Amino acid sequence: MLAYTLKRLLLSIPTLFVISLLSFVLIQLPPGDFLSTYAATLASMGEQVSGDTLVLLREAYGLDQPMYIQYLKWIGGIVLRGDFGLSLEWRQPVASLIWERMGLTIALTLSTLVFTWLLAIPIGIYSATNQYSLLDYVFTTIGFIGLGVPGFMLALVVMWVSFSYFGADVGGLFSDGYKNAPWSFGRVLDLLSHLWIPMAILGMEGSAGLIRTMRANVLDELHKPYVTAARARGLDETVLTYEYPVQVALNPFISTLGWALPGLVNGGTIISVTLSLPTAGPLLLRALQSQDMYLAGAFILLLGSLTIFGTLMSDLLLAWIDPRIRLDE
Amino acid sequence: MLVASQWKLMFWRFRRHKLAMICTVVVIFFYVVALFAEVIAPLDPNKVSNLYRYAPPQPISFQDKDGGFSLRPFVLGMKSSRDTNTLRITYVPDPTKRFPVNFFVKGEKYKFWGIWESDVHLMGLAPDAPANTPFFLLGTDRLGRDMFSRIVYGARISLSIGLVGVLLSLVFGILLGGVSGYYGGWLDAVIQRIIEFIRSLPTIPVWMALGAAMPPKWPPEYVYFGITIILSLLGWTGLARVVRGRFLALREEDFVLAARLTNCSESRIIFRHMVPSFASHIIASITLAVPGMIMSETSLSFLGLGLRSPVISWGVLLQEAQNIQTVALFPWLLIPGAAVILIVLAFSFVGDGLRDAADPYGR
Amino acid sequence: MMTSTDAVRVGTTSAPRAMDTPVALDVNDLRTHFTMPGGTVRAVDGVSYRLHRGRTLGIVGESGCGKSVTAQSILGIVPRPGKVVSGSMMLTRGDGSTLELAGLDPKGKVIRSVRGNEIAYIFQEPMSALSPIHTIGHQITEVIRLHTGANRDQARERAETVMRQVGLPRPDEVLGRYPHQLSGGMRQRAVIGIALACNPSILIADEPTTALDVTTEAVILDLVRSLQDTTGMAIQFITHNLGVIAEIADEVVVMYMGRQVERASVTDLFLRPQHPYTQALLRSMPRLGKRAQARLEAIEGMVPDPFSVPVGCAFHTRCRHYVPVRCDQPEYVEVAPGHWVRCSRAGEVA
Repeated sequence: MLAYTLKRLLLSIPTLFVISLLSFVLIQLPPGDFLSTYAATLASMGEQVSGDTLVLLREAYGLDQPMYIQYLKWIGGIVLRGDFGLSLEWRQPVASLIWERMGLTIALTLSTLVFTWLLAIPIGIYSATNQYSLLDYVFTTIGFIGLGVPGFMLALVVMWVSFSYFGADVGGLFSDGYKNAPWSFGRVLDLLSHLWIPMAILGMEGSAGLIRTMRANVLDELHKPYVTAARARGLDETVLTYEYPVQVALNPFISTLGWALPGLVNGGTIISVTLSLPTAGPLLLRALQSQDMYLAGAFILLLGSLTIFGTLMSDLLLAWIDPRIRLDE
Repeated sequence: MLVASQWKLMFWRFRRHKLAMICTVVVIFFYVVALFAEVIAPLDPNKVSNLYRYAPPQPISFQDKDGGFSLRPFVLGMKSSRDTNTLRITYVPDPTKRFPVNFFVKGEKYKFWGIWESDVHLMGLAPDAPANTPFFLLGTDRLGRDMFSRIVYGARISLSIGLVGVLLSLVFGILLGGVSGYYGGWLDAVIQRIIEFIRSLPTIPVWMALGAAMPPKWPPEYVYFGITIILSLLGWTGLARVVRGRFLALREEDFVLAARLTNCSESRIIFRHMVPSFASHIIASITLAVPGMIMSETSLSFLGLGLRSPVISWGVLLQEAQNIQTVALFPWLLIPGAAVILIVLAFSFVGDGLRDAADPYGR
Repeated sequence: MMTSTDAVRVGTTSAPRAMDTPVALDVNDLRTHFTMPGGTVRAVDGVSYRLHRGRTLGIVGESGCGKSVTAQSILGIVPRPGKVVSGSMMLTRGDGSTLELAGLDPKGKVIRSVRGNEIAYIFQEPMSALSPIHTIGHQITEVIRLHTGANRDQARERAETVMRQVGLPRPDEVLGRYPHQLSGGMRQRAVIGIALACNPSILIADEPTTALDVTTEAVILDLVRSLQDTTGMAIQFITHNLGVIAEIADEVVVMYMGRQVERASVTDLFLRPQHPYTQALLRSMPRLGKRAQARLEAIEGMVPDPFSVPVGCAFHTRCRHYVPVRCDQPEYVEVAPGHWVRCSRAGEVA
């Protein structure tokens, strides 16, 4: 297991490298380098930047150097000093802007992941063991709707209904009093009382697919000969369902964890914009719109790393649970 | 003995899926609407009407004056009044004014597909209705533009972007997946790593970055193709996996070995023997990929990073619904979303049905 | 179509024994039907036989003749929508009392205490009969603890004993392994070990050697036979392979289309087959001493559609001795002591 873990950890390094390369390319994509944008931004605010200053800045940021040096400087700063560059729009180091938002993004993503699992696994098992029952049809229908309705539509409808009929604004993650307050126990409670709405919306999208997978997996397993064999040995039906098929069915399920995370980050980004949550999504959107490329690049790099991390975790979890993978190495 | 072709068998199996059949009709209906948008839309989607901003939908009614049924459909007129408190203009139906709805009426001039000039619309008010009579089946937006006409025109962009995007992904997918599955070896390993990498990416942020990288000065056609390319650039992996999987499985099949033993050329083996045997799978996968494309375009445009006004797509229309206060007052702005949901669900069910039907060993 | 690669060596392993020991299970006129949209399949349609302590009953027939469903009916594990519709299955328990297995709730406590405890079942494919994600040890101790109430250590001890009994050296090592880490022969030994873990009085072996190669098959058959000698259990051995039957069975039941067509001691069956179907089966076997160039005979025609079993004698569509009207209602008659045949022309045809 240790050897497998090490091997898998080493394998994720090149992937992270490619992610960083991609983020860097995305930073460079918009026409013009960021200093010209910076100068234009300053000029629009009435500040003049002299040519000399620009040259100095250009040297300071290494913009006169070849691309690969620039990349090395950028990634070097991140890895060695946690320095993600400077946000032009906010005139602050990127690092000071992103961490709280990334933290909330991870909180939202992970809690939704747990939520979808808590929802999808029992429902999937129930649907499989009670195939063609009324509730099975109900869950299947809800699942299809969850699959067909884009997350932001769901968010819009939830906002509209709660606003028009309950007079409540469900946007944001904090009450007004806590919005800019420092972290405290009360703020955490406040966060939790707001988090469940985006979590439920985001979870609707994710669990629909998971329920279908779980149901199909359990159905597959329930009719395998080893279940009949175990039944012939006198085990009771509960054990036959939960100890055997569910455990085997969970394996392909766990391997979907890695793929669920990109989906959740995707959905989360859009839903956050719709519900204006203080997570990565809205700030990333704004950074992209204003070509605040270091900020945008940092978010893309971190969100990408998050999903890579998810795949890694699901692989390790799978190896831990399923002996066939661990031992076939 | 009658031997049914592969496609006939597939069609027979597909026909047994009732839901999939119904959804096929829905999908075809949507595409017909998109194809004949100019004829079906009663008004010019870009025509601004200062008199009727945020006007509510006018339902078509079949009730005659005495409450009985009348075969002649009509809409009620609209009265506007200013709310004394909020100073907003509100519209209420005016039961005293009834305007019959006619079919194939002459209305505004348009160029069908930009080629043929015509002025015949599928629906419209009878010619004797006074000028500027409102006819907004699904209400109007903030500039008083007819939502129904805009949704009909939006279908053209939203639905075609799904198809074009999937076709582009298919080209990438078949090329790379085919190479990967047919030749195997290190090429396969490299392509597999790339696919794994792309699949572990959070696509929306990357899409957003790519969308934002498109110069704002680009003309709408460029943006359209830019968006399709962006969508397919990250969307081909699913199809590539299907193609590769089929190639890998078929490579081991006896009929391929048999073809090789009879000295068939490589290209003949691929195109005469292998491709037809998984074409049905590909079609099913394509159908299942289209709704994802449509949703992605809608999401991107909704965020303002995809298509932009004056292009009309469902995502662009939904941008108007970003502000919740506006939606609460004028909920009909959400109707384009209903169109998205409907077509996505319909496509998914058709795809499911096709996938089941494509399995030659299925029940 | 049934053929066998093994030559028949009737009684070469050990001489067939008379069915003179106490009855362990009495199956009488068992009927198990599958009701489906396309009609009813009478998978088992009136089967009667007895299992005797320390003796082996072989059940032969082509695939789909209902031999496995017969065995599944005993334990109440017939897959849906199959159901035992009538008949009785009387189990004689260790204390001499009897238990009617027909009509028990298939999910109930009573039948569960019989399964794996008094009646053990071995499946055809040892790999798929084991949970892929649990160790052999887990799967065997689970059964032991379930039925005997033993604690973890006692169960482990018992498991090691059984593993040694089925000829697995270093049992503690095997018990820690997962099924995919064992060879086919070892897996089947492990499966047999699990079956024997609770000292069952009856062992149902459903084609236990079909998935194995010929050498392993012979070893496993020897093992089963010697285990029977030490434990005195009754064995119901299901196979389509007449060679295996000749080697292991004392008495044989031949099934065709869910019906029992012949029942006889293994010697009688091979030397004096009465039913045309049994005769055809035997002709389709390779035999020592036959001319090497002679073609193996196949049974004419195809197995009929299970939804429309031919009326009258089910075999008449493929029978070379068929006589209309006369063969319409074949009775099940005893043509010699202990030799039963369902054929209107029994005794005339050979």
